Formats: sequence, structure tokens, C-alpha cells
Amino acid sequence: MKICFKQRSILPGFGLALGFTLVYLSLIALIPLLGLFLRTAELTWGQFWATVTDMRVLAAYRLSLGASLIAATINLLFGATVAWVLVRYRFPGRRLVDALIDLPFALPTAVAGISLTAIYAETGWIGRYLEPLNIKVAFAPLGVVVALTFIGLPFVVRTLQPVLEDLDPEVEEAAASLGARRGQTVRRVILPELWPVLMTGFALAFARALGEYGSIVFISGNMPMRTEIVPLLIVMKLEQFDYAGATAIAVVMLSMSFILLLAINLLQWWSGQRHCVMQP
Amino acid sequence: MSIEVQHISKHFGTFAALKDVSLNVATGELVALLGPSGSGKTTLLRIISGLEAPDQGSGQILLHDEDVTSRHVGTRRVGFVFQHYALFRHMTVFKNIAFGLQVRPRKLRPARHQIREKVHELLKLVQLDWLADRYPAQLSGGQRQRIALARALAIEPKVLLLDEPFGALDAKTRQELRRWLRRLHSELHVTSVLVTHDQEEALEVADRVVITNAGRIEQIGTPEEVFHHPANEFVMNFVGHVNVFHGRVEGDRAFLGPLEVEYSGQRHATTKPARGLIRPYDIDIETQANGKPGFKATVRHINAAGPQVKIDLTTDSGEPVHVELPHERFQALGLVVGKTVFVNPREINVFVDDERR
Repeated sequence: MKICFKQRSILPGFGLALGFTLVYLSLIALIPLLGLFLRTAELTWGQFWATVTDMRVLAAYRLSLGASLIAATINLLFGATVAWVLVRYRFPGRRLVDALIDLPFALPTAVAGISLTAIYAETGWIGRYLEPLNIKVAFAPLGVVVALTFIGLPFVVRTLQPVLEDLDPEVEEAAASLGARRGQTVRRVILPELWPVLMTGFALAFARALGEYGSIVFISGNMPMRTEIVPLLIVMKLEQFDYAGATAIAVVMLSMSFILLLAINLLQWWSGQRHCVMQP
Repeated sequence: MSIEVQHISKHFGTFAALKDVSLNVATGELVALLGPSGSGKTTLLRIISGLEAPDQGSGQILLHDEDVTSRHVGTRRVGFVFQHYALFRHMTVFKNIAFGLQVRPRKLRPARHQIREKVHELLKLVQLDWLADRYPAQLSGGQRQRIALARALAIEPKVLLLDEPFGALDAKTRQELRRWLRRLHSELHVTSVLVTHDQEEALEVADRVVITNAGRIEQIGTPEEVFHHPANEFVMNFVGHVNVFHGRVEGDRAFLGPLEVEYSGQRHATTKPARGLIRPYDIDIETQANGKPGFKATVRHINAAGPQVKIDLTTDSGEPVHVELPHERFQALGLVVGKTVFVNPREINVFVDDERR
């Protein structure tokens, strides 16, 4: 039986485009990832289990996932606010602020790490005021969160901006004319509309944070059991030529991120399901 | 009076959208604001609703004898219907209509079963009871606008404001909804203001028509008044089709293009530029000159589809003339393209250049 994937179209290009996409994805993503799994397969189950359940590794998983989730959540809240301000209001310097958003994209992350460390260190501009309050940022897990928040900011802002531009102010006016207070309008009208794209921004910021290495190694201080992140452990294993060990840690990390991202996608699909229905 | 607009002005930057506008709407009346785009009609509607604020200290808005000028839109109890529906996409039809009731403070909010009853009552009113569980994306444009209307009516508004409600719909749906709105209004008697740039719509639906132009009101009157007794040239030009002949007035004579007619309006000491406006159906065509004021013209195009035959002619000096004749008259004349005929205007409105402008 022949399965028809597509409708006949007078505009050609589907076959070619799909073929190209598959080849490209295989070369860029699928084959390297497969290599990762193959390399891990050199280990026996025992060795694998011992590597990934090492106390130090577990602590790193906890920090990487936890800090990334916290950073993505912070970015979700503040990134949404920044995007809202940039789209809805006109003020002098708006373009400058808009350009600033992309800075974490462009800056080498090591530079970001060093400058954040300098600012938040005990003698730094901000760190010196936090010190008496007993808040330690640099060389502490909090520093990891700060750095991950910094590099994740553009993802939420940039995914949200085009959707906010499309959001019709008339809908808010309609809600207001029906007697809804501003808070009710935001909660019942605006947020449900933005929910899917907020999730996308969150997922992107989260994924980016998980993979971050450059800025963290400077600000965290890399203290075993306390401020070591997973990518750091992987690099350490690599430096000791323990390739199989490195990939084992990576595989677990990858699987966890995949499950999380899949969950976010499902959530998004489920919320989109409710109103993005095709015309009958 | 349900709505009193007193000396309202509104500027957007340096652009004056409304210049000292006053308007009264009686309780239960349906008034249409009719004007070209940029004439300020939508701005006036939005100021009545509270979605826009008038210029500081420029005037007052009274709804049911209560000064609401500084009141927020949400507390004015106005039903507002938008051109592009502005339905909540992620809510079912039911929830859209229930929204205005559900956002009320707990003390004023009706019980759940009361809300359900109210919503179904409104759905029956707009004849879409079977769509309660659909999402707006699953509805046609006409259905969406009826739901938007039901949603606006749910809060039992003191006044209903409609901003080009049928503007985004196709011609046939538009006509159906127009009639339906007229019937609905005669059932509910809620004071309504409708903004439109479609003169046919305004004349058909409204009890009274307000003609706006460049931030001012040109004329307020019943559809008959504005159509048959236009206050000025703008109104006559905007409401219905016209032929315009440019010319001048000298004493009691008007010379307008190929026409020379008696001028009975206000006398002017000097020669004044003037224009003669003639409705296409106020023109007769003869095959022979008959002594009445008229001129020669050549038939260029004939369109016999419709209740009247539409004939395009050009005068000898090249001015276009548009005429509408009954079918019987057209048959009797035996007109064909290229034929030269005599054109007799039956009624001509002469407007002399006004010092006001």
C-alpha cells in the first residue's frame, strides 16, 4: 500500500526540500549523536552505572538541571516583561535596548563569565554590597544561576517579540470594555494567548543553559560537589582521555534534557490543541 | 438623553481628529456616524466608550445624564463591537459571551447557572445556540460578529457602540446582518451608535444619520433628510452618487459646464465659483432637443444589469455624465453606444463656494 504524505501541489520542491532536510539533519545532528551512544556502548553496564552514579557526577546533574531551570524561569518572567515593554511602548533609546538584548548572543561566553565574576566577586561593584548581606554570588551556585540567566535572556525576548507584535490590542480593549480589570485581562486573555510561545522561549533558554560551559567555569569556581556543572565534568573526563566516561555522562544529560524538552513540547501541543483548530 | 457629547475635541499629536463636536442620542435610538476615513467618526465612538480620552478640558461625555468623562471604560457599562470581532481565540463561544459576567467582582457576579442561562438566552437571540462549544476560529465572519455582539450585550450595556461592525464581511453577509441588526434593535431598544463609511448601510439601518467630515459634524438628520435635503455639498456628494459640474454663479443665473440654469439661492454681489450636483436618477435623456435646459452628450457605456439601467455619457467638452433610467424608459429610447442624445437634468443642487472653508 502506498502512503501519501502530501497533497499534490503545483508548486514543486517538497521532495527536494525534505530530502535536503533529512541529509542535513543526519550530518549535523543525528550521526554525531549516534557516535555518542556508540562510544558509550564501549562500557559495560556496570562501568556505565558506576560512572553516572558517582556522587560528584550526581551533584553536577543536580546543579546543571536545577540552575538551568531556575535561570530559564527567571528569564521567562523578566524576558516577557522586557519583550512587552519593547513592543508596546515607544521611548527614547528603545532601539538601543533592543540591540542590547542580542549582546549575550554575540559575546564570547568566557568574556561574560569573567565580567560577571569581576562584578559579583566579594570586592566587585555589586558583590561588595551583597557581601554584608551574606549573599555570595561568585564562586557559589547562585553565580551559576546568574550566568545562565544572562546567556538565556535573548531566547525568551526574541521568541516572544514577534508574537507580541501580532497580539491585537483590540482584544485587550474588548476585555476592558466588558469590565475586566487589568490583572484579569492579563491573566485570562493575554497569558493564554502567549502560553505556547512562552513555553518555547522557556525551552530554548533552558536548553541553552544546559549546554553552557564558557561563562560558568569562571564564575562558579568549580568546587567538587558544590559548583561543578555537567559540561565541566565531561571536559575533565576528556582531558583524562576517558572518552567513554565522558560520553556516558553526556548520554544521561542528553536523555534528561530530551525528556524535559519533550514534556514542554507536549504541554505546548496540548495548550495549542484547544484553540488552533482548522477551519471546518 | 442616553448619550450627550458636549464640545469634545481630540488631537493626535498635531492632527485634529475631532474639533469641538457635540451630539445627542435619544434613548432607544440607533444613530449612524457616517463619513470618509479619517473624518473622526471612530475616534468619537471610542471617546464615548472610554477607550480613548478627549483632549484635557475639552468637554464632557454624559451617559444617561451621568458625567462619565473621567470614568474608565470598564465602569461605563458600554457594549463595544469591533470591526475585526476581537473575540478571545482561546475561549469557546460560550466562554467568550460569559466573560463579561465572570470578571465581575464576586459580590456582583451571577451564580454559575444564572450565567449559563444568560449565555444561552443571548445565543438564542443571535440565533447561534448550536455553536456554544466552538472556538472562534471555527466560525464564519458573520457568525463571529454575531457572537461579538452577544458578548457585548451580556453585560447589559447602557449603550451599544459598533465600530464598522460589518466592514470585514462580504457584501451578501453584510446585507443580511444589517437587516438582522435592525430587527434586533427594534426588539431590544438599546441605545446604539454605529460607525460606518458605507452610506447605504447608514441609510438603511439608522434612525438618524450623523455625517462627519474632517473632525466636524456636517449634518444630523433622518436618512431621508440627509439624502433628499443635504445641508451642504459635502453631504450631497458623500451620500449617494452625484454628477458634479463646475462653473459659476452670476446674479440669478448659474453657468455650470454645459448647463445654464436659474439660481434661486442666496444672492452674491460678485461672480462666484460654484458647482452643480445632480443625482444620476434626476436626469432624463431625450433623443431630440425639447427646449428644456440641457445639453448634448454621447452614450459611452450601458449597463442594464440591476433595477435601473446605468448609462455613461460624455458631453461635447469631454465631461463624464452618469445617468440611471428605468428599464421601460431605456427601452422606449432605444439607446445604443455611440448615439448622440440630449440630457435634461430634472433637479440640480447648486453650491456656491462657502466662506467657511
